[in-house]
Amino acid sequence: MILDALVQLCQMMVVLAFAPLLAGYVRKVKALLVGRQGPPILQPYRDLLRLLRKEVVLAHSASWVFRATPYLVFAATWVGAALVPTFATGLLFSYAADMIAIVALLGSARFMLALAGLDVGTSFGGIGSSREMMIASLAEPAMLMVVFTLSLLAGSTQLSSIAAYLQGPDVGLRVSLALALVALVMVAIAENARIPVDNPATHLELTMVHEAMILEYSGRHLALIEAASFVKLLLYVSVIGCVFAPWGIAAAGEGFAAYLTGLAFYLAKLAVAGLLLAVFETSIAKMRVFRVSDFLGAALMLGVLATLLRFVSRLT
Amino acid sequence: MIDPLALDIAHLFAGGLVLVSVMLLYQDRMTGLINTFALHALVVSLSVAWQAFIQHAPHLYITAAIALVIKAVVIPFALHRMVVRLGIHRTIEPVVSIGLTMLAAIGLIALSIMVMLPITAQAGTLAREDLSFALSVILLGLLMMISRRNAVSQVIGFMSIENGLILAATGAKGMPLVVEISVAFSILVALIVIGIFLFRIRERFETVDIHLLHEHRGEQP
Repeated sequence: MILDALVQLCQMMVVLAFAPLLAGYVRKVKALLVGRQGPPILQPYRDLLRLLRKEVVLAHSASWVFRATPYLVFAATWVGAALVPTFATGLLFSYAADMIAIVALLGSARFMLALAGLDVGTSFGGIGSSREMMIASLAEPAMLMVVFTLSLLAGSTQLSSIAAYLQGPDVGLRVSLALALVALVMVAIAENARIPVDNPATHLELTMVHEAMILEYSGRHLALIEAASFVKLLLYVSVIGCVFAPWGIAAAGEGFAAYLTGLAFYLAKLAVAGLLLAVFETSIAKMRVFRVSDFLGAALMLGVLATLLRFVSRLT
Repeated sequence: MIDPLALDIAHLFAGGLVLVSVMLLYQDRMTGLINTFALHALVVSLSVAWQAFIQHAPHLYITAAIALVIKAVVIPFALHRMVVRLGIHRTIEPVVSIGLTMLAAIGLIALSIMVMLPITAQAGTLAREDLSFALSVILLGLLMMISRRNAVSQVIGFMSIENGLILAATGAKGMPLVVEISVAFSILVALIVIGIFLFRIRERFETVDIHLLHEHRGEQP
């Protein structure tokens, strides 16, 4: 029990410690790919520290929603990330909440953020919130269909059990899993505001979605929201890693060495995923906002198809 | 009993065929549509070849080869030339929006799975899967034919139906080779006839939107 709690604590710290690193790594690789030097990998940490030291400037029209949102968003995202097995399964929290709870946590974080975007009453906040909700209304069902596919396959909605099942021998080659992977990657790209859907590095008003919502934030509020978005990227990478590349995750109570190996495997997975994300982002152009619904509709369709095809495959 | 891995690979190809059928409905450019159709034929030939391997039925290899040569190479090539000469390689005119077509497609897949699984409860696993997937592919091809105005898209829908029929036939322990060859060649002849027909339509109406035909017959559009 105490060991479980320790592992859970480690997990929460690992998630928090590596999230800015992953973001910095992706930025660095992207810069190198287009022939620039790019900021150092540790730059996100410095940005967060600098923002934490700066004073908060609030708009006159800002209500308590605007002030409470950064804390709620960060807390929800962090708890969500703590539920995903990164280097070890059998986490203490995973008995309390499953994959559907993760979707719900992320959904409530997004809801708060959209409210805060509307709260100050600027036109940018409104446009950002409305676009974010348009994206969410398609991305969330797609994510849920992926969750249903995995749960139907593994017989459980808990990520630990799913990872354990997928590590086992009786998975085989399943078309449902392939479709679910593609759908999950598309959802992850849309949810993390990565390039074909949104550009994380721009403040061009015609295209921005996520940045438009948080335009009014400053100081420690902005730091928390930035940190939450880093953690969210790490969360999606961890979910994809633990479900579709479950190798090396230590089972519960395997001892210290297994945990260290698990951590090494996890870091390798992050490195590969960050590289793939950077290559993907540099090789594709951003799509128009009104085409995003087609993109996410395709993700939803893949998720539904994965669930349907699950019923035709052999039932073992 | 067949090895589970072999079954999984067969399932992968058959499921992939359904996916490519849905991708056909998603395309919004004629060039992309024809390329996706070539992929459709490629997947069906892979699926047939794999079934030939696990069913130990060598004549199915010929079916696969015919599908590969005629439908994945010759017909797409001919269609590419045709749409460039007709000057319609950029446009597709769907009757309803792509999103609605997708919803209908999902409904049809669910329908065919729900219909086929109870009916074929006695059959082997492979035949069950293939029949339900084949019915989905056929229904999606029909959907493609009714949801597009452009005659070339309708031709492609028609040919994807034929791919679905091949999948159904191979799942049910293969079909006689003579039938298969005659079907393949009748498809080719159909393509030629439809091609000539398309040019005739365009000469007369200066478009290949078949809605004009309805008006010409005096029907309400």
